[in-house]
Amino acid sequence: MIPPAFEYTRPGSVDEAVRALADAGEEAKVLAGGQSLLPLLRLRLAFPELVVDVGRIPELRGVREDGDTLVIGAMTTHHDVVHDPLVRRHAGLLAQATATVADPAVRHRGTLGGSLAHADPAGDLPAVALALDAALVVAGPGGRRTVPAREFFVDYLQSALAPDELLLEVRIPKRAGWGFHYEKFHAVAQSWAIVAVAALVRRDDGHIAEARVALTNMGPTPLRATAAEEALTGADGPGAVARAAEAAAEGTRPSQDLSASPEYREHLARVLTRRAVLTATGTG
Amino acid sequence: MTGQAVEPEIGRARLRKEDARLITGQTNWTDNIQVAGLLHLAILRSPMAHARVTRVDVSPALERPGVFAAFSGADLAEGLGSLPCAWPVTEDIVLPEHPPIAVDEVRYAGDPVAVVAARDRYAAADALEAIEVDYEPLPPVLDLEAALADGAPLVHADKGTNRCYTWPLATGESFEAVRERAEVTLRRRYHQQRLIPNAMEPRAVVVTPLAASGEYTVYSATQIPHILRIMLSAVTGVPEHKLRVIAPDVGGGFGSKLQVYGEEALALAVARRLGRPVKWTESRSEGYLATHHGRGMIQDVEIAATREGRLLGLKVDLTADMGAYLMLVTPGIPILGAFMYPAIYKMDSYAFTCTGVFTTRTPTDAYRGAGRPEATFAIERIMDDLAHELGLDPIELRRRNWIRHEEFPYTTIAGLTYDTGDYESATDKALALFGYDDLRAEQRGRAERGDTVRLGIGVSTFTEMCGLAPSRVLRDLRYGAGGWEAASIRMLPTGTVEVVTGTSPHGQGHVTCWSQIAADVLGVPFEDVEVVHGDTKAAPQGMDTYGSRSLTVGGEAVHRAAVKVVDKARKVAAHLLEASEQDLEFQAGVFSVRGSPEARKTIQEIALETFMAHNLPDGVEPTINAESLVDPENFSYPHGTHLCAVEVDTETGKTEIRKYVCVDDVGHVVNPMIVEGQVHGGLAQGIAQALYEEAVYDDEGNLVSGTMADYLVPSAADLPEFVTDRTETPAASNSMGVKGVGEAGTIASTPAVVNAVVDALRPLGVDDVRMPCAPHRVWQAVRAARSGRAAEPAGTGPAQSGQSGQAAQGGDIGQYGDTGSSGDTGSSGKEGPA
Amino acid sequence: MTHITVKVDGTTYEDDVEPRLLLVHYLRDRLGLTGTPIGCDTSNCGACTVELDGASAKSCSVLAVQADGCEVTTVQGLAKDGEWTRLQRAFHERHALQCGYCTPGMLMAARDLLRENPHPGAEEVRHALEGNLCRCTGYQNIVHAVLAAAGQQVAEEATA
Repeated sequence: MIPPAFEYTRPGSVDEAVRALADAGEEAKVLAGGQSLLPLLRLRLAFPELVVDVGRIPELRGVREDGDTLVIGAMTTHHDVVHDPLVRRHAGLLAQATATVADPAVRHRGTLGGSLAHADPAGDLPAVALALDAALVVAGPGGRRTVPAREFFVDYLQSALAPDELLLEVRIPKRAGWGFHYEKFHAVAQSWAIVAVAALVRRDDGHIAEARVALTNMGPTPLRATAAEEALTGADGPGAVARAAEAAAEGTRPSQDLSASPEYREHLARVLTRRAVLTATGTG
Repeated sequence: MTGQAVEPEIGRARLRKEDARLITGQTNWTDNIQVAGLLHLAILRSPMAHARVTRVDVSPALERPGVFAAFSGADLAEGLGSLPCAWPVTEDIVLPEHPPIAVDEVRYAGDPVAVVAARDRYAAADALEAIEVDYEPLPPVLDLEAALADGAPLVHADKGTNRCYTWPLATGESFEAVRERAEVTLRRRYHQQRLIPNAMEPRAVVVTPLAASGEYTVYSATQIPHILRIMLSAVTGVPEHKLRVIAPDVGGGFGSKLQVYGEEALALAVARRLGRPVKWTESRSEGYLATHHGRGMIQDVEIAATREGRLLGLKVDLTADMGAYLMLVTPGIPILGAFMYPAIYKMDSYAFTCTGVFTTRTPTDAYRGAGRPEATFAIERIMDDLAHELGLDPIELRRRNWIRHEEFPYTTIAGLTYDTGDYESATDKALALFGYDDLRAEQRGRAERGDTVRLGIGVSTFTEMCGLAPSRVLRDLRYGAGGWEAASIRMLPTGTVEVVTGTSPHGQGHVTCWSQIAADVLGVPFEDVEVVHGDTKAAPQGMDTYGSRSLTVGGEAVHRAAVKVVDKARKVAAHLLEASEQDLEFQAGVFSVRGSPEARKTIQEIALETFMAHNLPDGVEPTINAESLVDPENFSYPHGTHLCAVEVDTETGKTEIRKYVCVDDVGHVVNPMIVEGQVHGGLAQGIAQALYEEAVYDDEGNLVSGTMADYLVPSAADLPEFVTDRTETPAASNSMGVKGVGEAGTIASTPAVVNAVVDALRPLGVDDVRMPCAPHRVWQAVRAARSGRAAEPAGTGPAQSGQSGQAAQGGDIGQYGDTGSSGDTGSSGKEGPA
Repeated sequence: MTHITVKVDGTTYEDDVEPRLLLVHYLRDRLGLTGTPIGCDTSNCGACTVELDGASAKSCSVLAVQADGCEVTTVQGLAKDGEWTRLQRAFHERHALQCGYCTPGMLMAARDLLRENPHPGAEEVRHALEGNLCRCTGYQNIVHAVLAAAGQQVAEEATA
């Protein structure tokens, strides 16, 4: 219950933050909303020498439009994401999935950027970022770069962020007319998803023209269910969707823990993909 | 002041006196206590289940800033005795030494090895990391059956066995004989998974010494200040009269604070050594290791019946996980269940044995219901299985065997005499509230349609022996104390009243209920009564709170003490009113002379007159205060019928409770609002065992479900709205006709839910699902049934996540085949990265 | 040590704190505001929930330095001049607490819900409270209390 000692700095700008991270090397940790970092500190599972609190950098917070792209500041809280009219209009999937993250008090503090940078495959938002084809804008000592979501999640709890880089914003292409659904399966309301499926579906003439399916907690990183996506293309009706969903676990590497075996997770991925896609086809 | 015509207090839904402080944050939890010079203790615990401790070096910790002292087990061994076991259930029980802090061997992950005293909790936590300990690993002992085999590694090598005791009970005809003549016999193996009690307030203890006079005040988050005082005196050698134990506000217990813990003794020892006040507060994860667990049994059950469904006999062989040591009442917990397996049913034969087994896990002890939920689960599960076997409706089978209301008092096959009960009325009322026939119709419809979401209906009746009490019975069970309870009433000169109780509430609302009882008997306003408890100086006599005993024994003591006050006051009143006692009436707090209503004295006036002592009858002492120690001659036997409908998603394995109805009979009720609340909370905990919770160990003996993120305590979003109701068949064993209610909901709900889950899945070929009926287990059961694979021998359902009794070897702990890897997503905290 | 200024229950405090100090320990050990209890170390139980700049937060999951310049309301700051809030009254009247350890967190979580959704249904209340654990009540009376405080109809179950 007692965090280990660390130094603390609260930069007022992105440049200051990046400088602080660069100066500290590997031993610094970014504090966003703290809803993942503080539990790690309390259980003494992390021992940073320096904590860089980016909670007071105004430019990291807020939602705006940039042409066909929705831009969400990394420090925008889950609560604000859920309630933001632009997010709801242009990235309903994100709003819906974010509303299932933890509980209201955690959503007041936790942030989109923190969630993604934590790169927990059991977290809800990495898979959603993947499904939405989000791009992550990152600042480092050498300037800014943009990392597509599919390259951002490198391994279990490991993102493409270098130790001296800071996640600035999440850019999501607006997707008009797509149906969406986040189907989350957990043992109790506040536990992590055993498996969850983020589905985006564009319909054309009664059949599925295009589908994007991303999986939560089916491997060390969030995954796209590409085989299922391909099989869904052109699917027409519940039977076809069900058949396509059978491919949902292809290429996954689910773990085992107290809640599930890999086999059970694979089974859930198929069932939940079917359900997510069928629901998504009704929301477009 | 005159007596008011008031409605009776007993039976009234009085709002609680306790609430005002609790909803405004004016609380006094043990961890809130601050005193000058307070040192904070932190305890270093064994990371291994079983090891020899070859070296403990605390000296590096002393170098850390703010550290005042640090001790190994050896440093504190002198003057610190073994922690007590007050219930050696057999003459030849194996009673190992249990040092509050390990000296040369650790026997469960979490066994204390060193303690630090520092100026604040942060410094204490930091210093723990500096302590150096060398361990020489010893083999863990985890599987209950393997532990009993010859040549098994031993938890306590000096004892030569892991068998703690074997406790038999056989009554009526021999079971072999009834098995011979039975037309149907069923054998089942059920598993009671280990549970972690999870009182919301973590444990804490503060000790303030008065070094010069050798006096100590111990504040502890305990259910048992009185027992703790005696035991701490025995463990530490501090004379009992120099010890004062206070249970301040205590945030729930559920049995987990019915204990004499090593940390309480350690805190006292360190305070004595340093002459400084000390505080220790567990973190939740620490508590998961250090606070005792509950359940943890294998139940081998055999039932014999006629084809018409008349029970002939029951045989129960219990193997119970003691954990590493025997704590206060560890061995007795399964024995509290021994008498309850026959439940509300009549039969000719009953054979029971319990074998207690040591393992290298956190000790077990009382958890809400303590032995009786386990018993009820086994009998109610096998009754459902028997009904299925016989093609009878499960309620009909129960009807054919239960004790009919006109048969009370009834001495059961297990030898208990149930004073009163009416199982028919409770069941009929429950059925009506439930809509049984409609739900059965819906169930059939879903099955016929092949719906992937199936409906299941679970039934459970229950009774329990509670109100722990009869001292002579407890003697026969070799329990190390009596079961009486004390109360005294002080009539203050200004007319208000102090009730001093030996019970020690921690959420039950005793202050409110005892006020109602006293107000009723004395005829004084509810608001004028204060209740004093939880401090051995202020309430010196008591046996504390556990086992649904407080009302039937402690409340009864308040009632009888109040009656004594009235009797004493009557003498004074007769004198003052110049009437004979026989001519006095006492109503609503007023003594009046029959036939001349203007001649009257209120009991408060009598209290003042007695205090003044100017005009008392000859030979009468100047007090109308009274005390009562009650030792009932029988237990109380609440009962009830619980009905649960679940929807089971056969694709995902997820169970949702669709409807839950219970009708409990807890006799007369002092405060229906509080009774209902007790039932709600009990239901939640029983349902949690059925569906969510399990203390899981890996094959090294590590607690895998070691944080609240991994051990799934259900939230409001996981539980349904309950429909609760009551019947009132008064108990015959006390003057108020009351029975205990604290454990009722927990006892009946677990089998009701599991019966419902199995009922939903029977058409798919499933005949058992092991608890907790988590989605993956239900899915496995369905899959195994569909593929025609037999379930485990004796019908035990799918593979498990390693708890007591499980072959916890070969990596089957939450694993399903090949060895596990990453993804320990829960252990870093709750969901919600950011 | 980091210098912070925090307004808690209407009083402004200035302190030098270690950066690692949790807000809940700051409240309890430094300010003596022990009305906010600690029930776990994994953010699950919600007992320590307070209001931080107008929104509920688990004070075990916030560093005291993060609260610098912020306003905190604890359970001890709810009643004004001895007058309980609607929620406090409803918790009392509906028997929504037994041991009372979860109550401060439940009150703060419920307050947060009613600020955002003044007229929730029972299911919304249950979900809004999913980050707050209670071991005594089975939640039923807590849900009823929140609905009552919101002026909603409470489904009264058949009770003798």
